[in-house]
Amino acid sequence: MSLLELDGLKVHFPIRKGILFDRVVGHVYAVDGVSLKVEAGQTYGLVGESGCGKTTLGRAVLRLTGITSGEVVFDGTDLAGLDDEAMRRFRRRLQMVFQDPLGSLNPRQNIESILAEGMAAHGIGADREERREKIKEILARVGLPADALNRYPHEFSGGQRQRIGIARALVLEPDVIICDEPVSALDVSIQAQVINLLEELQESLGLTYLVIAHDLAVVRHISDVIGVMYLGSLVEEAPSDALYAAPRHPYTKALMSAVPVPDPDLEDRRERILLHGDLPSPANPPAGCRFHTRCPWVQDTLCATDRPELTDTGDGHRVACHWTAGIEAGTLVRTRATGIEAVTETAAVAEEPEAADAGPAPDLVSGPEPPAPVPGVPAPAAEADPKLPVPGVLGGAPAPGPAGAPGAPPPAGPGEAAEGGHGRTTGGAGQPAADRG
Amino acid sequence: MTAGTNRTQAGKESDAGDGSKERGESQGSKGSQGAKGSQGSGGAAGTAGTAGAVATGRAAKIDRLAELTRRTGATVGNSLWKEAFRRLRSNRMAVIGAVVIALFVVVAVVGPWVTPYSPTAQTWRGEVLANQGKFVGARGENWFGLDHLGRDMFSRMLVGARQTLLVGVVSMLIGLLLGALIGTLSGAAVTLGGRAGRRIDTVVMRVIDILLSLPSLLLAVSIAAVMGQSLTTVMIAVGVVQIPVFARLLRGSMLAQGGADYVLAAKALGIRRKRIVLTQILPNSLSPVIVQATLSLATAIIEAAALSYLGLGNPDPAVPEWGVMLSQAQRFFDNAPMMAVYPAVGIIITALGFTLLGEAMREALDPKLRG
Amino acid sequence: MPLLSVDELTVTFGGRDRRPSTAVDGVSFTVGQGQVVGLVGESGCGKSVTSLALMGLLPAKGVTVGGRADFDGTDLLTLSPARMRDLRGRELAMIFQDPLSSLNPVVPIGLQVTEILRRHRGLKGEPARKEAAQLLDRVGIPDPGRRLKEYPHQLSGGMRQRALIAMAVACAPRLLIADEPTTALDVTIQAQILELLRELVDQEGTALLMITHDLGVVAGLCDQVNVLYAGKAVETAGRRELFGHPTHPYAHGLLGSIPRLDAPRGEPLHPIRGSINDKIAWADGCAFAPRCDHYTLECLTGTPELTEPRAAGHRVRCVNPVLPAVPPTAEVPA
Repeated sequence: MSLLELDGLKVHFPIRKGILFDRVVGHVYAVDGVSLKVEAGQTYGLVGESGCGKTTLGRAVLRLTGITSGEVVFDGTDLAGLDDEAMRRFRRRLQMVFQDPLGSLNPRQNIESILAEGMAAHGIGADREERREKIKEILARVGLPADALNRYPHEFSGGQRQRIGIARALVLEPDVIICDEPVSALDVSIQAQVINLLEELQESLGLTYLVIAHDLAVVRHISDVIGVMYLGSLVEEAPSDALYAAPRHPYTKALMSAVPVPDPDLEDRRERILLHGDLPSPANPPAGCRFHTRCPWVQDTLCATDRPELTDTGDGHRVACHWTAGIEAGTLVRTRATGIEAVTETAAVAEEPEAADAGPAPDLVSGPEPPAPVPGVPAPAAEADPKLPVPGVLGGAPAPGPAGAPGAPPPAGPGEAAEGGHGRTTGGAGQPAADRG
Repeated sequence: MTAGTNRTQAGKESDAGDGSKERGESQGSKGSQGAKGSQGSGGAAGTAGTAGAVATGRAAKIDRLAELTRRTGATVGNSLWKEAFRRLRSNRMAVIGAVVIALFVVVAVVGPWVTPYSPTAQTWRGEVLANQGKFVGARGENWFGLDHLGRDMFSRMLVGARQTLLVGVVSMLIGLLLGALIGTLSGAAVTLGGRAGRRIDTVVMRVIDILLSLPSLLLAVSIAAVMGQSLTTVMIAVGVVQIPVFARLLRGSMLAQGGADYVLAAKALGIRRKRIVLTQILPNSLSPVIVQATLSLATAIIEAAALSYLGLGNPDPAVPEWGVMLSQAQRFFDNAPMMAVYPAVGIIITALGFTLLGEAMREALDPKLRG
Repeated sequence: MPLLSVDELTVTFGGRDRRPSTAVDGVSFTVGQGQVVGLVGESGCGKSVTSLALMGLLPAKGVTVGGRADFDGTDLLTLSPARMRDLRGRELAMIFQDPLSSLNPVVPIGLQVTEILRRHRGLKGEPARKEAAQLLDRVGIPDPGRRLKEYPHQLSGGMRQRALIAMAVACAPRLLIADEPTTALDVTIQAQILELLRELVDQEGTALLMITHDLGVVAGLCDQVNVLYAGKAVETAGRRELFGHPTHPYAHGLLGSIPRLDAPRGEPLHPIRGSINDKIAWADGCAFAPRCDHYTLECLTGTPELTEPRAAGHRVRCVNPVLPAVPPTAEVPA
């Protein structure tokens, strides 16, 4: 039995119009059917780009936003079915750390008052003195000076503020802490302090984390299990190492290939999967697979019509894609245009970096604009991107290799030629790929 | 100072998040390693410094560091209100405004006791009549001259200040209290009351909108017309006009704060709704209301004067009030312009004082200037 | 002869009624044609102020700018505002972090692009419109004819940044300054934009000054990297040299504190302690000393000089640099 289980969780925000009487004219499908399990004492990392619904999901677990349907089972109780007062009491056991360390602290309360507020609401500590003792203990634990008690949020640095936010959650002795982008607002050197603190606290207090972040590297560092969200649903879920070693969903592959790594050799060598265009509006998500409008492997059948279920492909690796097996085996070719009449982009195009460099090939630019799959989407979901055959330009592997070896050494010839103008050496052509899991 | 820097040092140590003792040791050992490294690299500094570093060790290093570490704003434990006040004090406009207001308040409070003459006694009636309509201007015994009934203008101004202040403050308070009450309820309903709350808020705000859309002076005139001519009428009329302003302002401010992360955090902590409104949302929503209260003291004084000028003010001639005085002076404006100038200037200066202070407060309380 | 050579740039804010604070404290670097140079550092290190100073975009009041910024023979810092306006957009262009607030919200994209073409290239009417469409097309905006008529809010974040880049490259500037161009964007969109910048540099030979806090972006894009701390460059090297052998304790610490996607899980991070607020004045010693694991009393005796303790061209401002126990054999920097 997992400590926290989401089952078919949906959060739809109604779009209202009207002056005196609201009329619902549509919905934003922020979270659209997510099922996942968080084990006690572990960290579940939820990763995705802005607008994928990850923050809404975190808030829905705490019922900070209304749940449209589905269950949030915490320690055997379905939180979605609780009345307000019962839910309020449950919040002691489920706490949250917010993204904006300053914004999430009341600027007019001092630290003692901020930390005591939650304790008072749950009847922790008999009197002021007792609470103060407890607060002092927690402050020391998160690495804040004792004199912080009388100070105000604006008198601390960013990292210290986030420590206050963590302390505020800790004083209630919660079982689960939902960390919504806990480090993204902090400077790089401070991020590591907070990440280490979170890990240290988990170890000593046996906490369970649901970490929500856009930074794949942070999530991978801290999580036992990672779920990847796209447009309101999970597209892939796997143990942290397995996900990194062998991402199976095309979106995860693209996401991972887009994360810059502070290692020039790796940066030069890696294959980049550039996605077309932007995220479709969650108010009008594409039919079928949500990702099919941007997917490099989109197929003629199924993708645009059937929504793939998250299915276990073995060893706890769950993927929501109709074509996992084909992509895995390398039998599916990458397609680049979107929509039903998918034009197959042969590997040959990708192997002509000179052509791509000299200017976009005419058929790539002036090709027929793919029909926007859904009306009302602000930007067309598909973007005829002339720079798509990038792997060749970058000197990466030209064809989608088996997922296990994304860092294969580049073909020396065309790759070098393409880079010549940049005055950059490919350097690592002969070296084996760096440790990739 | 020393204590302050030491404390800063302590804060810094713990910011790193691991035991300071442990790190102190590691600093010590690494420090000496580093010293050797720099010797090897032929650093610019002399070897004497290196030897000193090894000898005095960790304590000396930390002392020296603490000495050199300068933190801006070393003050600690200052709430935002305190900091806003500090900013206010250093604003020249605020100081001028505050001095004007202080003078006005002093005059209003002690004025009636220090008047050289009775403000109502028509002491120089005969002289005025004898002058055949010619105005008696400022002179040794009557600093501001005489009015049309031979009363001492200076005494009347002093006494009138109290009435003016009373009208301004009371009507502002009527507007502030009722407006804030409506605004708080509406703001609380919409931020935390769910669907029903939003409905209530919609209805209340439409009513407020209607009030707001009426020209304020017209509204005041109508109220005064219904309630009859008296000072209370003026105060109520001017106050009621301010209600929608305060209600809208506070509601808007609460709505903005209601969406803030710290309110969400308070909900996540399991704090009860009423307490969220009272301890989280409301204190953070008050800044614009305080500014508006100061500014509307100025408008209240002017509007009260306007109502008195229109003849809706206190009919009792025995109680001088600047607005009434201005109104009475208009009949004699050709002959005796100064009779109008004194109360007019009084009103203008007072209103200006409140406006200056209000604007300075707006700047001081602006969260964007925090930091 | 580099295209841009910045020498001892100093920017001090405040004057009469404010305590002066030095945001940029003697920064020197060069950018050659077709070169990508990175200015890296955390908030408050002076990287953005440097870019604004170079573009002449700092407010005239309350700011003192010192040093030289030689751009092809002219000193950017002493140019008259009129000459600077003429240069800006034509020879120098800038891309900002927030594409929405850098575009005028009430003017269609097309007009904003043609405005630049009119101002600097004298193009008007139909030719200007055509050129604008071509520019949008070049930065990968589909259906440029329609997009020209749209307003900034109708475009997505990535699209807006593309539009800004189109405006920046409208006059084929010789130097492009990008101030955190991808920080506001999602990582998949960031990859698209970085690719676009890379292509511009490769094809046009534009010099690019890249200002960012993201070491990953630097590793993939920059030829030469300057790491700034508290207004001074603390380490300057080619990117392979820098990432391979970070020698200043700050750069070393930064690289050790970033969680890496390719690192095995469970490897602990080594954060730098304290925060940017814990610093001492450069005049008294090394500003990083309070956070440094290597500091000695020597660090507190005046500003450390830039030296080359490891390899030629790899300059480090530290008296106790992080060096391997055995001196490395000389390596040619990338």
